[in-house]
Amino acid sequence: MWRQVLLTGMVAWLAAAAPASAYVAYVSNEKGNTVSVIDTSSWTVTKTIKVGQRPRGIEFSRDGKFVMVAVGDDDTIQVIDTKTNEIVDSLPSGPDPELFTQDAAGKTMYVANENDNTVTVIDLEKRARIGDIQVGVEPEGMTISPDGKILINTSETTNMAHFIDTATRQIVANVLVDSRPRFAQFKHDSSELWVSSEIGGTVSIVDPVKHEVTGKITFDIPGLRKEAIQPVGIGMTKDGKTAFIALGPANRVAVVDAVSHKVIKYLLVGQRVWHMDFTPDEKYLLVTNGVSNDVSVIDVAAQKVIKTIQVGELPWGITIAQP
Amino acid sequence: MLRWLIGTIALSLMATRALAADPVEIRIGYLGQAAVKSSLSLVDQPAENNGFAGARLAIEDNNTTGKFLNQRFVLDEVKVKDGDDVAKAATDLAARDSFIIADLPADALLKVSDALRDHGTVLLNAGAIDDRLREQDCRANVIHVAPTRTMLADALAQYLVWKQWKRWVLVTGSHDQDKLYADALRRAATRFGAKIVQEKTFEDTGGARRTDSGVTLIQRQMPVFTQQLPTYDVLVAADESEVFADYLPYRTWDPRPVAGSAGLVPTSWDAAHDQWGAIQIQNRFVKLNQRRMTALDMQAWTAARMIGEATSRTNSGDARKVIGFLKGPDFSIAAFKGTRLTLRDWNLQLRQPILLADGRMVVSVSPQEGFLHQVSELDTLGVDRPETKCKLR
Repeated sequence: MWRQVLLTGMVAWLAAAAPASAYVAYVSNEKGNTVSVIDTSSWTVTKTIKVGQRPRGIEFSRDGKFVMVAVGDDDTIQVIDTKTNEIVDSLPSGPDPELFTQDAAGKTMYVANENDNTVTVIDLEKRARIGDIQVGVEPEGMTISPDGKILINTSETTNMAHFIDTATRQIVANVLVDSRPRFAQFKHDSSELWVSSEIGGTVSIVDPVKHEVTGKITFDIPGLRKEAIQPVGIGMTKDGKTAFIALGPANRVAVVDAVSHKVIKYLLVGQRVWHMDFTPDEKYLLVTNGVSNDVSVIDVAAQKVIKTIQVGELPWGITIAQP
Repeated sequence: MLRWLIGTIALSLMATRALAADPVEIRIGYLGQAAVKSSLSLVDQPAENNGFAGARLAIEDNNTTGKFLNQRFVLDEVKVKDGDDVAKAATDLAARDSFIIADLPADALLKVSDALRDHGTVLLNAGAIDDRLREQDCRANVIHVAPTRTMLADALAQYLVWKQWKRWVLVTGSHDQDKLYADALRRAATRFGAKIVQEKTFEDTGGARRTDSGVTLIQRQMPVFTQQLPTYDVLVAADESEVFADYLPYRTWDPRPVAGSAGLVPTSWDAAHDQWGAIQIQNRFVKLNQRRMTALDMQAWTAARMIGEATSRTNSGDARKVIGFLKGPDFSIAAFKGTRLTLRDWNLQLRQPILLADGRMVVSVSPQEGFLHQVSELDTLGVDRPETKCKLR
C-alpha cells in the first residue's frame, strides 16, 4: 500500500512533507540472479526477488508499475510487478540482452543484444518484438535523446556511438570514441551526449548535432595506476551542472563540473563500481559496487558517501522510481 | 543500403566524410604452419585451422566496424610446410599485403623479418614466445602479440608465491624449448622469492603418444620418477614438447599440485575464460568455427584487431600511417583482459595480463595484487625496460 502510494505520483508531495524521503530502489545482482529492493527511508533491503540468469540492465517502466530487468543468459527481459514484487511477464528481446532504454511515453523499448550485433525494438504495450537494427560489434550502452528523435547505441568492440533515427530506425551517424564504450547519456537540455569508454579510460563529450567529439574528460587519481580507471555509469543532475561518473575497479566515483568538464573530486566507494541512479529529489545518488556486493549512498549536495548497503552477489544495475 | 550509409557516415575525430564509392581495402596476410603437432591429451589436439580461425573472426569484427567507415578487410592465408622457402612465401605475401600475421618458429620468423626489411611491411608475431625475438634478436618490423616465456613464467610465479607455495621442484624435458622454459621459470623463482629445492630432467626416449596400455605403465612410472624428493609445495614442469607433463597430476609420489606445462598453466587465453566481456567473443568464435577458442586463436584475433583498430583510428588505408599509429604512444587495444593492452616501445611486445588455467576453469589472472611497478603493473611480467638487450633496427 505504502509503495503503491509512492508510485502513483505522490512522491513530490511526500518528499516535501517528510524529512526522510522514501523511495524504492531496485538493484540487479549479476551473480546472485536476484534483484534487491531497497527502501531509501531506512536504507535497508526490504525484499530479494529471484530472477533469471545474469540480471544486468534494470529500469522502471514509465508508469512506475513495473521494473524490467534484462536477464542475459536467459535471453529475455523479465517484468516485475512493483505491487507484488513478483515476475509477471517477460519480453521478447534478442539473445543476451544487457542494457535497454525506453521512449518518453514508455511505449517503445530498445534493447542492446550483445551476442548478435543488433538492437531489438519492442512494443511495450503489445510486449512484442517489432524490429531489429544492425549496429557494431557488441552493442551495449543505450540512451534516447530528450526529444525522443535519436536513439544512441554504443558498440564495445567497434568503439562507436551509433546515432539512430527513431522514426526510420536507420543509423544516421557513427561517432568513434575511445575503447569499449559502455554507457551513454544526454544532458537534459540535449546540448551534449556523454559516452564512457571503459578500456580507453575517458568520457567523450559529443556534439549531438555535428556528431563530433568536442572534448574528453580524463581522470588522474594519485597512487592509482591508469589502467584501473575504467569509466562506466554516468549520472547527471537535471540542472546540467554536476555529473557523477563511476570508475569501475578504481573504486571511486568522480564528481565532475558538467559545464567545464573538470573533475572536482573523487569519492571512495566499494569495489568495481558500475551503475547509478538518483532519488527523484536528487538528494541522493545510489551506486552499485560489483565486487564488494554493496550499494553506496552519496549525498549529492554534500558530495559525500553517507552509507553502504549490503545487497546480493555482484550488484550491477540500479533503478529508482520516478515521481 | 550502402548509399544511405555513405551519405551519412561522419567520422568525428577526423571531421571528414567518407565520400568514396568503393570501400578502402585493407589486406592482411597470415603466414602459418601446415604441420599440426601432436599433443599428449587428445582434448588439446589443435585443429587444422588453429590460429587462422581467430584471425578470421577478427576480420569479421573489423568488417562490422568497417562498414561504418567504408573500410573492408581481407585475410590472405598461406600455410608453409617443413622445407618450404618461408622467405619467398613471405615476400610473395608482402607484394599484396602490408600487414602479415606470422605463426612461425623463431628462426623462420627472423628469416622472414630480414627478407622483408625493405618492404615497409609489418609482421605481427602471433605464435613464437621466444624471449630472444624481443631481446638480442629484436627487429623493428616485428610486433609481438604472443606473450614471452618470461611473461608466462612470471605470471605463474606471482600466483604460486601469493599462494605461499614457494618450494618448487622443477622437472625439465630434454628438448631445447623445454630448457628455455626452465630458464624462464628459474628466473621467475629468483625474482619473486620462490626456491627451487630440486631439479630433475625427464629424458625423451621416444615412444608413441597413443598406446592401448598407456595408463597402466604411466601409473607405475610417474610415482617412481617423483619419489625421494625433498620437502616441496608444488611440482613445476617445463615440457613445451609435450612428452611427460600431462602425466604428472594425480601421479606424483607425494600429493602435490602440478603447475607449468600441466596442471595450472599460464596462457594468453583459455576456452573457459568468460570475464570482462570475454563470453561475447567466446560465443562469436564458437558460432563461426564450431569449436572452442585456443590461445593461438586469440593471439591471431588480437593481431588482426590491432590492425583494424589502428585503421579505424587513423581512418586510413595508408599502411605507413596505420603502422605509425600502431607503434605510437596513443595505441591501445581492448582484448577481454580487463585492461587496455599497449606495446612496450623498446621492443614492440604487447603488454597483457596472463591467465592461469587448469583445463577446466580460469583459476586466476596475473599480475597478482601487490606486485607493483612504476609504469604499468603489466611490466612486472617478463623482461622489463632496464634489463632489455633489444636495440630496434
